[in-house]
Amino acid sequence: MIDFEFEPQVVERLQIYRNVAEQMMRPISREYDEREHEKPWQFLETMWAASNLSGEGQPGSRKQSGGGNEARNLYTIATTEELTWGDAGLFLALPNAGLGGAAVAAAGTPEQKQRFLAPFREGKPKWGAMAITEPGCGSDSAAIATTAARDGDQWVINGTKIFCTSGAMAADHPGGFIVVWATVDKSAGRAGIKSFVVPHGTSGMTVARVENKLGIRASDTAMIVFDNCRVPLDHILGKPEVNRERGFKDVMATFDATRPIVAAMAIGVGRAALDFVRDFLRDHKVSVRYGLSPHRLTAVERDFIEMEMNLKVARLLTWRAAWMLDAGRHNSLEASMAKAKAGLAVTQITQKAVEMLGPLGYSRQFLVEKWMRDAKINDIFEGTQQINLLIIARRILGYSSRELN
Amino acid sequence: MISFDPTEEQQMMRESVAGFARDELRPVARAVDEGGTIPASVAEKVAQLGLLRTWLPEQYGGDGADRSAVTGAMIVEELAWGDLALAAHLLSPRLFAFPILELGTASQRDRFLGHFAGSGFIAASAALTEPRFDFDLASLSTRAVAKHGEWLLDGVKCFVPLAREAEFILVYAGAGSEVAAFIVPRETPGLEISEREKNMGLKGLATHEITLTACRLPAEARLGSDAASGVVRLTSEMRVATAAIAAGVARAAFEYARDYAKERKAFGAPIATKQAIAFMLAEMAIEVDAMRLLAWEAGWHLDRGEDAAIESYLAKQYAAAAALKVTDNAVQVLGGHGYIREHPVELWLRNARGLAALDAIAIV
Repeated sequence: MIDFEFEPQVVERLQIYRNVAEQMMRPISREYDEREHEKPWQFLETMWAASNLSGEGQPGSRKQSGGGNEARNLYTIATTEELTWGDAGLFLALPNAGLGGAAVAAAGTPEQKQRFLAPFREGKPKWGAMAITEPGCGSDSAAIATTAARDGDQWVINGTKIFCTSGAMAADHPGGFIVVWATVDKSAGRAGIKSFVVPHGTSGMTVARVENKLGIRASDTAMIVFDNCRVPLDHILGKPEVNRERGFKDVMATFDATRPIVAAMAIGVGRAALDFVRDFLRDHKVSVRYGLSPHRLTAVERDFIEMEMNLKVARLLTWRAAWMLDAGRHNSLEASMAKAKAGLAVTQITQKAVEMLGPLGYSRQFLVEKWMRDAKINDIFEGTQQINLLIIARRILGYSSRELN
Repeated sequence: MISFDPTEEQQMMRESVAGFARDELRPVARAVDEGGTIPASVAEKVAQLGLLRTWLPEQYGGDGADRSAVTGAMIVEELAWGDLALAAHLLSPRLFAFPILELGTASQRDRFLGHFAGSGFIAASAALTEPRFDFDLASLSTRAVAKHGEWLLDGVKCFVPLAREAEFILVYAGAGSEVAAFIVPRETPGLEISEREKNMGLKGLATHEITLTACRLPAEARLGSDAASGVVRLTSEMRVATAAIAAGVARAAFEYARDYAKERKAFGAPIATKQAIAFMLAEMAIEVDAMRLLAWEAGWHLDRGEDAAIESYLAKQYAAAAALKVTDNAVQVLGGHGYIREHPVELWLRNARGLAALDAIAIV
């Protein structure tokens, strides 16, 4: 039955996340935007301890038969929206298995999930990360040049990865790992692409640099070099055999889970901007008169209503994509729809919020300008706007990547 | 618990309406647009769907099903996918009957609802829109004044569907600071129904301007006993219907453009293989789903007993604009062919434009 409401116990838990966002993230939001590359250790350790106490799992895991939490992906996107309402950079910096964890959860065996993810429930803060992009390829992940060659009972990885979110934290702290996409057979094209778990401390893995960015500055974005980096054979996620039929569907399946999360991140930032503008207008005695003919509305009211509508659409599409994943349904189309809509909508919403505040919107005394900078990444990472449109188009037209590219 | 799955019952209803739209509405849609008349056979066949009777209480000869705005949104989307003019014609009696079902006094229900239980098509209508560029539900020019135990109605309404055929019209008017609705028989002195309007689209739907000049109505002509809050809900129900209808029209256009783009070749390949076209189609697909989800969500609020004033307003505003965009893109994908009346996309563009202008085209 069609329903748009979370269960009461989820609503209750979301309130906790809302409090974290409001009381712990917002007060340090500006500080760690300005102090790029510094980490809010106190906040990170508190959050680590709290998430271990709560026993809540990693994002991206698929429905397990008989496993209790059946709406896991929906829950993840709901909490993501709350936390990114607080601060998207701080959210990305949180110690957890992150996108690397999502990859393990989506493509790993039960034993691998246990081995790589269990440490994230104990001990000191840990980070997981995913390394796909290279200096020579981004969206075209089939063109990956990093290689993984089998040598006895090990994989030997060579190559350079960039734009790896939380890459430095994952590489530098015990218990962390980076999931690296590499080709085991260049001649097989995309079918040769596999993913490998490279744990912290593996020799041959080096953080070469950490990027300076437009936004999400509290989160590190790293260049990682793999130079004869050796991992055991059972660190490959999915099957080691190259299946030219199946292509790289295993590794791509990760995106079905991560794209709704990125969409939810966008929505959190967009809602922050919308909430701020609503309060700002109210303080300045401007009310939004819903229900009126557009002819009677002021430009500000029309802008605000448009922002609100677009945010709502993005959220509904995102809920649907996550709900499908929870229900065990194939959601690539819907995940890309959510990501494409949310990424663009929130980019526009935050830009409009800056505009609506006039010169004050441009000032760093408010967070609105920061949200505009933070929002933009959501239309880029985990597949740009254009890549997602391409995926949607292929799905609705029934075209392969060879037929439509 | 969040879910996007229709119930089995909803799914069955959706499929039967979709089949009707495909088999009965699509084949005649162009002729209806060109000729301006609805074939009697369609109105006869629509009885099998029970678009109204299904929800009438058993005492009035109906099936007594619980009304649901979400179910309603699904039904009107499918009908509109078939053809909007036909859909609006077939749904018009609900504009009169559903408000009475929902808000009417016992005697109003007794008097009017039984008419709609039969198998024939009974024309009825509602008059909401007014011929003003800044028409607004919140400040109607049509006024109702209580005088000597009677109501006196004055004003002009436009785009009243089936006004000539309808025995009764539900007329919305400002009464003091509230909006109220009044049951106006066609024979009421002072009620003048003008010639059929000529509109850009929805050409198969007979609409009329009506003028009320000192129309005297008995006290019990006012819908409900205390209709103030109820009328807000009716407005929301009409807006949800418009949003869902927009999704139906847009989906029709999207599907046609998608299929055309896979057939039509340029530079040696189907135009759908070009990103410029493929991306337009991808965006259209997103917007169709967006409209539907907004309609469902607003309808869900209504089904919980809320007035859903903001949700339905947002859904309608969004969907009306998006339907225009999607149908316009469909014409664009077909290029010159889209402009020719051999293809239906130009018809859908004209029909979709009506959704932003009109407030009472259907009700869930």
